[in-house]
Amino acid sequence: MLEVFIFATLNGLVTGFLLFMLASGLTLIFSMMGVLNFAHASFYMLGAYFAYSLSLYFGFWGGLIFAPLIVGVLGALVERYGLRKVHASGHVAELVFTFGLAFLIEEAIQFFWGRDTKNYQTPDLLDFPLFTLFGQEFSAYRGFMMTISIAIFIALYYVLTKSRIGIIIQAAITHPQTVSNLGHNVPLIFMGVFGMGTALAGLAGVIAGPVLTTFPGMAAVLGSIVFVIVVIGGLGSLPGAFIASLLIGLLQSYAIASDVGMPDLLGLLGISFDRSHPLNDLWTMNLPQIAPVLPYLLLVLVLIFRPTGLLGKREE
Amino acid sequence: MALLKKSSIWIAFLIALLGLPLVFDSILAISILNQMVIAIVFALSYNMLLGQGGMLSFGHAVYFGLGGFLSVHALILIEFETMVFSILWIPLIGGLFGLLAGIFIGSFSTRKAGTVFAMISLGIGELIAASSLIFSSFFGGEAGISGDRTFGPMFFGFDFAQNIEIYYVAALWAFIATLFMYLFTQTPAGKMANAVRDNPERAEFIGYSSRKVRFISFCASGLFAGIAGGLFALNYEFITEENLNAATSGRVLLMAYIGGLGYFIGPIIGAVVLTLMNSLLSNYSELWMLYLGIMFLLTVMYLPRGFAGFIMMHQIAWIRGNMKLLIKPYIVTAIPALLFTLCAIALIEMSHIEDEVFHYLGLELNPASPITWIVILAVAGGAFFTVKRSLVQLNDAWETANAIPKEEEA
Repeated sequence: MLEVFIFATLNGLVTGFLLFMLASGLTLIFSMMGVLNFAHASFYMLGAYFAYSLSLYFGFWGGLIFAPLIVGVLGALVERYGLRKVHASGHVAELVFTFGLAFLIEEAIQFFWGRDTKNYQTPDLLDFPLFTLFGQEFSAYRGFMMTISIAIFIALYYVLTKSRIGIIIQAAITHPQTVSNLGHNVPLIFMGVFGMGTALAGLAGVIAGPVLTTFPGMAAVLGSIVFVIVVIGGLGSLPGAFIASLLIGLLQSYAIASDVGMPDLLGLLGISFDRSHPLNDLWTMNLPQIAPVLPYLLLVLVLIFRPTGLLGKREE
Repeated sequence: MALLKKSSIWIAFLIALLGLPLVFDSILAISILNQMVIAIVFALSYNMLLGQGGMLSFGHAVYFGLGGFLSVHALILIEFETMVFSILWIPLIGGLFGLLAGIFIGSFSTRKAGTVFAMISLGIGELIAASSLIFSSFFGGEAGISGDRTFGPMFFGFDFAQNIEIYYVAALWAFIATLFMYLFTQTPAGKMANAVRDNPERAEFIGYSSRKVRFISFCASGLFAGIAGGLFALNYEFITEENLNAATSGRVLLMAYIGGLGYFIGPIIGAVVLTLMNSLLSNYSELWMLYLGIMFLLTVMYLPRGFAGFIMMHQIAWIRGNMKLLIKPYIVTAIPALLFTLCAIALIEMSHIEDEVFHYLGLELNPASPITWIVILAVAGGAFFTVKRSLVQLNDAWETANAIPKEEEA
């Protein structure tokens, strides 16, 4: 039992930190532009595909460095020539634009790379078990993923709160007019933040690609979960996104690792149902089975009872 | 007389709906027409939310799908003679279930519009799509459930085995649904929906609960989406999880947006165009989804009010009798624009094709030779610059056509 718990915790943390890399960019972009970028997970997918193609020539490490840069530049271009144009038509148009972009990126990936799963592998250097606990191995690559994510988290925290650029960014979020009056190029800052956010998503894709498989549906798998996180954490709140990322990562990990379900619960209550009962599906449901549903359930509950999320302040 | 004038457009719509299968009578055409009328009802119901009520939903397929699932269950019940009624009423069952789902979900999701509403709709959509795979006795798991529409009492000798018979059923239902959706926009509830969309605060000040107004639109929208789901169930006789997941929700958003949200006719245009693209283009190119994505993004960027908005833009020029000023610049721009589009498609297709020869518009192109590429690229580049130059003239002509006449100014 203990080993299951420890490994579920470790895996949950790996997923949680990975989700935070996506959620941090998404929530920063939201607090700047007031638009939820539906295509954010598509940039994550682009990161994985670029890294795969680059790794064929420059190895894994080349992909790790260059793929996020390419994705970041692409993101900045999208902001400059797409979003900025749509901005005049209002928030709904912006949301719909990013939605269409997600659709287009998925199609473009199938156009350039095909529909099949890409054989994007972990580097040989990290292909060993980091430690063995209760006879179960924890791969070095997962440790590497966690290290990168934590490093990014610390760097992001440091840049945003301590550096001059971070202070300007924070000021531009709340008082864009004043920042502009002080002589800073606010549209450029927006473009930079968008590019940085998408580059982070790209980096998440690079390191997640080998573990979560690189295929055209990988954006859809993570896309809505990242939304759930930024909403649960509170729109625009970076610490909230951090807590929610870990929460969702651990929640899903525990749910999958557990083996309890309705039969156990009913057994405790001393109730039993016949297999032919019309609600048989409900009575035989177990936790791993409903694991994919849990984040959405949480989302709906949070939105009903606390629409601002865990740490959100903004009231629309 | 006034009533006749008002209803003439509806009579024309009804005649068009009933007359279309007489003109296009192949099996393929009938199946496309069936899809089209279903899509029209679905897209119009979506427009009640987004276009008229200002609620951006990413989970509208839920009501379509739930209505469809219950309709297929109703078909099964008819087949086993648990219930006896004509399958003509199936869409009503779908609609009622869509309404029920709308009442339940709307009771908590319509409190706010904007991002909160969009996120709740996304969450509910994912929730129901994911749970539909868990509760397989009702939803049939990945395979879905299927029924048979030929049971039940006959209707004047029709047993509805043919697609054309279903078309007439669907067309009549679509006509009724469209009429009622239009009438809804004319009711106080429909007008208030517009007011709440534009300025909820002011609507609250005159004493309307913006939540209640949104709730009414939401329920009505669920009802009509359910009817569309029922029509889908009748047409295909099966339904799967795919019909209530995010992809279907996305498609209806595309339809309504490309057609034009602000206008009642917009979603109808969008539904017709997208259904045609879906069924005709997919025969020619496996990349049609890519084109659809590009078209969608261009629409959002350059025609934020959709096709219908583009047509309505010409209202002023039309009233002033200045349309003739625009015809020539339009043609001058349209020809190179079309040429550019054709070249771009050729380039995209050529980079994807594996055959030796690429048959395109009666030409036989050789994708392996660099000369083909250079020629097409040159033509595309030339066309692009011609468009860019003629756009200036078009803009001038547009200004002249829409200018306020001198005497009016004075």
